[in-house]
This record gives sequence, C-alpha cells and structure tokens, in this order.
Amino acid sequence: MAEMDETIKEFLVESYENLDRIDSEFIQLEERPGDRELLASIFRTIHTIKGTCGFLGMQKLESVAHVGENLLSKLRDGKLTMDETISEALLGMVDAVREMLGHIEQEGSEGNGDYSALIAALTALNEGHRSTVAVKPQAASAPREDSEAARKESHVSDSNIRVDVQLLDKLMNLVGELVLARNQLLQHSGEDQDPMIAATTQRLDLVTTELQEGVMKTRMQPIGGIWSKFPRVVRDLAKLTQKEVALEMTGEHTELDRTIIEAIKDPLTHVIRNCVDHGIELPADRQSAGKPRQGTIRLCAYHEGGQVIIEIIDDGRGVHPEKVKAKALERGLITADQAARMSERELVNLIFLPGFSTAAAVSNLSGRGVGMDVVKTNVEKIGGTVDVQSTVGKGTTLKLKIPLTLAIIPGLIITTSGDRYAIPQVSLLELLRLEAEEAATKIESVRGVPVYRLRGRLLPLVHLGTELGTERGGIPKDKPASIVVLQAEGRPFGLVVDEINDAEEIVVKPLSKQLKNLEVYAGATIMGDGHVALILDVLGLAQHSRVLTEMKETHGAGARADDKSEAGDRSSLLLCRIGEGGRMAIPLSSVARLEEFTADKLEHAGGRETVQYRGRIMPLVRLSDAFGEAGSPGDGPVQVVVYGQGEHTLGVVVEQILDILEEHVALQKGVGRSGTLGAAILQGKVTELLDLESIAREYLPVGAGV
Amino acid sequence: MSMQQYCTFTVDGTLFGVDVHEIQEVIRYQEMTRVPLSASVVSGLINLRGQIVTAIDMRTRLSMPPRAEGQKPMNVVLRTEDGAVSLLVDEIGDVIQVDETSFEEAPPTLESGSRDLLKGVYKLERQLLLVLDSRKALPENNH
Repeated sequence: MAEMDETIKEFLVESYENLDRIDSEFIQLEERPGDRELLASIFRTIHTIKGTCGFLGMQKLESVAHVGENLLSKLRDGKLTMDETISEALLGMVDAVREMLGHIEQEGSEGNGDYSALIAALTALNEGHRSTVAVKPQAASAPREDSEAARKESHVSDSNIRVDVQLLDKLMNLVGELVLARNQLLQHSGEDQDPMIAATTQRLDLVTTELQEGVMKTRMQPIGGIWSKFPRVVRDLAKLTQKEVALEMTGEHTELDRTIIEAIKDPLTHVIRNCVDHGIELPADRQSAGKPRQGTIRLCAYHEGGQVIIEIIDDGRGVHPEKVKAKALERGLITADQAARMSERELVNLIFLPGFSTAAAVSNLSGRGVGMDVVKTNVEKIGGTVDVQSTVGKGTTLKLKIPLTLAIIPGLIITTSGDRYAIPQVSLLELLRLEAEEAATKIESVRGVPVYRLRGRLLPLVHLGTELGTERGGIPKDKPASIVVLQAEGRPFGLVVDEINDAEEIVVKPLSKQLKNLEVYAGATIMGDGHVALILDVLGLAQHSRVLTEMKETHGAGARADDKSEAGDRSSLLLCRIGEGGRMAIPLSSVARLEEFTADKLEHAGGRETVQYRGRIMPLVRLSDAFGEAGSPGDGPVQVVVYGQGEHTLGVVVEQILDILEEHVALQKGVGRSGTLGAAILQGKVTELLDLESIAREYLPVGAGV
Repeated sequence: MSMQQYCTFTVDGTLFGVDVHEIQEVIRYQEMTRVPLSASVVSGLINLRGQIVTAIDMRTRLSMPPRAEGQKPMNVVLRTEDGAVSLLVDEIGDVIQVDETSFEEAPPTLESGSRDLLKGVYKLERQLLLVLDSRKALPENNH
C-alpha cells in the first residue's frame, strides 16, 4: 500500500466514490426506468473508469467496463429500454468492477476472477439477444456474498479526506506558535532543577518536532502537479519551432511546500521553454552532428540534504561560452578585461544577467520579455539557487536547489547595537572571529570601504550597525570583530556584527504593511524569551549596502558598463607603493589575487626569486628592482599581486597595497617608463599605470602567454 | 437616536476616540523591538501572544512633543485588514457613548497634518472628543 502509485491511489479513491453514487443511481433508476439524466450520469462514470483503466493498463477491468459502457450508451440513447435483466447485468458489472478495484488495492493486480460470462451476457444484451441471457450472470453473485471484502474495499477512500488549504495554513501557524513556546520553555527549563519538568519539557520538545514535521507534510504537494502541463508546452513549442523534442520526467512525486511549488511554477516553465527554443537544435542540424533527430529534455527532481534539487537537462547544442561572452560584451554587461579573466563556467553563468538573451530571434513562446535573470531572481527569492553547466554540442544542465519550506527555517542569531537579528542560514558561508589586535590590522580600507583578506581574496565588509543606522563610526578598531560571511547572488561579503549567538529554528512571520518596503528585512520572528527579532534579508542588505553593485564592478560577473559613453573610461585600479616612495597603479582587471608571503617562503631558483604557490613554482618580480626604485628587502612579509592563472602565474612584489580606486583615468601615454601604460593623475598625484602584460612577457618563460 | 461607542485615550493632553468596533484590545506597555531604518512613527514590534504587531507612536504621528522620560505609553491595538497594529498613546480613558447630534467636522483651522487623521469632533459636556480615522492614522508605508 505504502508504495502504491499515487495515480492508482487517486484512481481508486475516485472510482470508489463514483461507484457508491452509481449504486444509489441504479436504485433510483429502478423507480424511474427511463430517466435519461440518470443513465447519462452512470454512463459517464463507467466511461471515466474505463478510460483511466486503459491508461493504467488494466485490461481486464477495461474490457468489463467497456461492454457495460456500450450497453449504457444504448440505454442512454433510447435504443434499448431498461428492464430487470439489463439492470441485473449492469449491477453485476458494477460489482465486478468493485471486486477488481479491491484486488488492485490489496494485491496491486486485477485478480484472477473470470468475467467472460458477464462480458458475454452484457454483449448479448447489447445486441438485443434477450433469450441467451436468461441466466443471471455468474460473476455477479460472487462478490455480493463476499461482504467482508466489500467492507475492506473502501480502505483507500477512508484514508483520504479533503482539507481546506486555509485550515492547513492555520495549523501551520499554530505549529509555529508551538515551536516558539517550546523554544521558550527549553530556554527556561535549564534553570529549573525539577527532574519532572525537565523530562516533560524533553517530551514536549520531541512531540513538537514531530508535529511540526507532520503538519509540514500535509502542506506538501508532489512537484508533478506543475509538471503535468509541460508535455503540452514542449509539444506546442516544438511544433512551432519545427523541432522534435521528447520530454522525460523523473521524480514527479518529490514533494515541496505548496507555497514553494507556486513560486517555482513560472521559472520552471520559462526554463523548459528556453530548452526547446534555444537548447535543442533543428532535426537536420542534430543529424549532421551525429545526434538522434529527436532532442530530449529531462526533468528530474529529488531530495538532497534537506533541499529539493530540480535538474533540467537537455541534449541540445549547449551554451557556447564565447558566444555568451561576445553577447555580454556587445550589450555592455561586462568589460573586455573582465571577460578575459572569466572561466568558461563563469561565462556560461552570464546568461543569468539582467538584459541577456541568447536567442537571435525571440520567438513568441519563449520571449515574453522574461529572461533567465527573472528565473534566478524568483528562485533566489525563496532561498534557492540556480547553477548552469554546459558542454558545447552535448547539452546543458540547469540545477535548481530549492528549500523544502519557507515557514520555519534554520537561522543564525546575531547581536548588534544591543539588538538581536536572525539571518537565514541558506545564505551563510562561514563565520570568522578576529581578535581585537587582528581586527585593527587585518581589516583594511579601500577608500573608506572596509575589506578583509579572506584567503587572499578581498572580502568586502558591511558593518551592520552602520548599515542599520544604529551606530556611527564604522567598524570599531579596538574590539574583536565577528564576521558573518554571507553570499548574495553568489557574491560573498562579510557582515560585521557585535556578537554571534546561536543557531536556531526560526518561524518566519511577515512584517506589517508599514514595514514591508524595508528591503533589509525578510520578516520577523519571536525568540525563546518572547522578544521579537527581525530577520535580515541578505540580498536586500547587500543591495542596501551597495556591496552587490560594488562587487559587480570589481569582480566583473555582474558588471554593467554603465554610462560608458558619458563617463569615459572608469576603471578599477589597485594602488601600490613600490620602493621607498614610488606609486604605481595596476588595473584590477588583470589582477588574479592578492597574496602575502612571509620572507622565509621565498626561495631562489635559476637565479630568480620564486615562491611555492598552489603546488607550483611562481616566479616573483620585485617592481622596485624592475623600475630601479630603492627597494626595502627587509625580513617582513612581502605583498604579492598575482597575475595570470593556472600554470603560468607571475607574482609581482610591491611594498605596500595602498588603496583600490574606481576612477576615470585620463591616461597620458608616453609619460611613464617602459613597462607602464603611461601615467595619470590619481588622488592628486602623478601615478604610473603598470603594464602587467609587458612585465609578464618579459619575466615569464617564452611561450607561456597568459 | 443612534448612539456610537468610542474607546477614548489621551495623547499629550488631548482626548481622542476610536470606534470600539475597530479595537481588538487595550494593553499596558509592552517591551518593543526597534526597527532600524523604519519611519520615525514606527516605535517597534511587539509580541502579542505570538502575533507580531507594529507599534505606531501617536505623538510622532500627530507631530506632538515626545513623551516625558520614563512615561510608558499604552497600546491601543487596532484590528485592520493587514493584521493588528498598535497605537501608542499616553493614557487610556473610558469607553463612552456619544450623541450623534453633537458631531461636527474638524475645524478647518486645524493644522492640516492632524486634520487629515480626524473624522470629526464630538462636543462632550466638558471637553472635545477628537475621533481618529484609524485607517489614515496608520502610515501606508515608511516613506
């Protein structure tokens, strides 16, 4: 029973309901033999059962229902008149159907009953041979005596009831309250020494957790509900685009909270449309590429680590990174420098940028002004993520990770300016703690924007107190700092808070109308002690603090080269000190990473300074030597700007990293020395712009072009 | 003659009233969680038996001077389509029945800001009762 197919279960429930109605209709029919409406209703029911049986491959049941249906249609059309023999035969058919349904429910098959006599009798009646059916159909008598089986057969229908969705929502709310009360009790029971209370609290804790899971389950719906319309979507769009596409679906029974199902309906439809429209090639193209004419789109859903994964896999042409790059450049979504530094995977993920659409001609089905960015936004809105992987010529896999529910989520509780806030854990990457001493030195500033070097990468920091306006003066220098590393739209940033408290299951409650448009909050929750805590909206916070846009500019992936025409060349520069007092700016777009090495890590090989970096030997160039500035070869750690990737990296040693600038550079060529691009006035000082490429050409082995 | 009941309260010495049907309950001062970045009229969030209620400070709303230090406001919790919202007031008065005939529109000379929030005025024997239009008393959003 437990593994019984959902479709069959539904079929059984529905059929039992219908058969019960038929029984009473037959009785009414005996009183009013000619009633067309009654006959039509009975006919429809049997017709439905027959149709579903055919669909489910239950031939025996289908054949019995079929002859019954034929007979009923003649009665309905007035070609035959109802009499006792016919009525008896039809009731026999209904009983036979009921019996087979019982077998299906209990054994999963239609049983071994022989209904040929019944079928023959019904057929004969249908053809008007009254005489041959003087005998009462045999099969009819058997199930009638078997009243016990008749009791059992209503098993499935008894175990299902219809419930108002609003009632479920209310139950969910109440469970939320209970979870809060439980949390509150748990917090206080620790203080109480009474073993009785401790034991009861523990039990309450367990029961609450189970109840929460149970109620959550009632709100779960199989994802198949929204998939069911996809075959039609695919068929229609394939026709329109003259393609041949098959749709395969697995895991349609995977269940999700109904609010989430609603939220992913449109994004999924859009993705499917995209697959047909942009992914799958024309049959002729497929054939010449050595692929079957018919393309395949596979939809899979499964549970993994408390999340639901939905994969949409097509075997189409794949996303071509170069084409994506060209398109993104053409639309001004990224700059050439950024594009050059991006990996294939990063390039493919550019399709999620707003304003991106790969279709040369937007077809009327997939276009509609919605891009993949909307898919991404919608999925992220419910705490999910989207990732795309693609092999050119082989196909594309789109992976959606979706949380199971929205109502109760794991949260991290933090304190800032004396107030507690909850942060949804889905966006959490890691937690860092810097002691006061470290905080003072390791938190650096890039034109007033605090950053922290997290494993060599600059992590922009956001001071929550400043952001919320509850504190002034930015990150305090003399106190230890707690950093919550979060990600928004795939970009990490560090949230500096006063204290990291605890991880807790939180019940998300919406904010009232007066507060809804505060982007930094996702809602509120009630803490164990009964106080209200606001839930931070990570995406909103990132936008509010402009971390997102800023990072887009420095890291490229999301950059819009805004107002290029009027603003001139605005570029990000790394400002360094070389030698004693020389200033040099390095275009940030050509910098792979910033590293710091202690003096003892430096080794000499082939007469050059090198350092072991990621399992390889990275040659170092001291800019002070290269440009003949007086260097300071002391024993302190060296600051290294890493250029290039993979095998061919070059470490450029500078004395100090001063700042990161975002400026219009009025570059004057021919002013600087060789090895520079020229010079410009930056922060009021003449600063040379390092030409990293020419330095690399000079110092890297021949042929190791990067 | 139609009689209407009003729940009364004072804000900075002025007597206000709200139709009793609009009121869910009246409770004493509750601890609040402030909402940074919100409009100044939003004092904070209250936990009302598991329901999260936004508290609107009527003194700020009516552009009146702030409460004296240590003076704790009371909560007049209104039932709205959007859930409960609390009005923070100075003191709670009686529920009073008023005579419809003593009603008058708010005087046009009243400062326009607070005039918009009023449905009108009842001339009670000893003083005036300013009837709040609870819908308008709640800011639509925080900007």
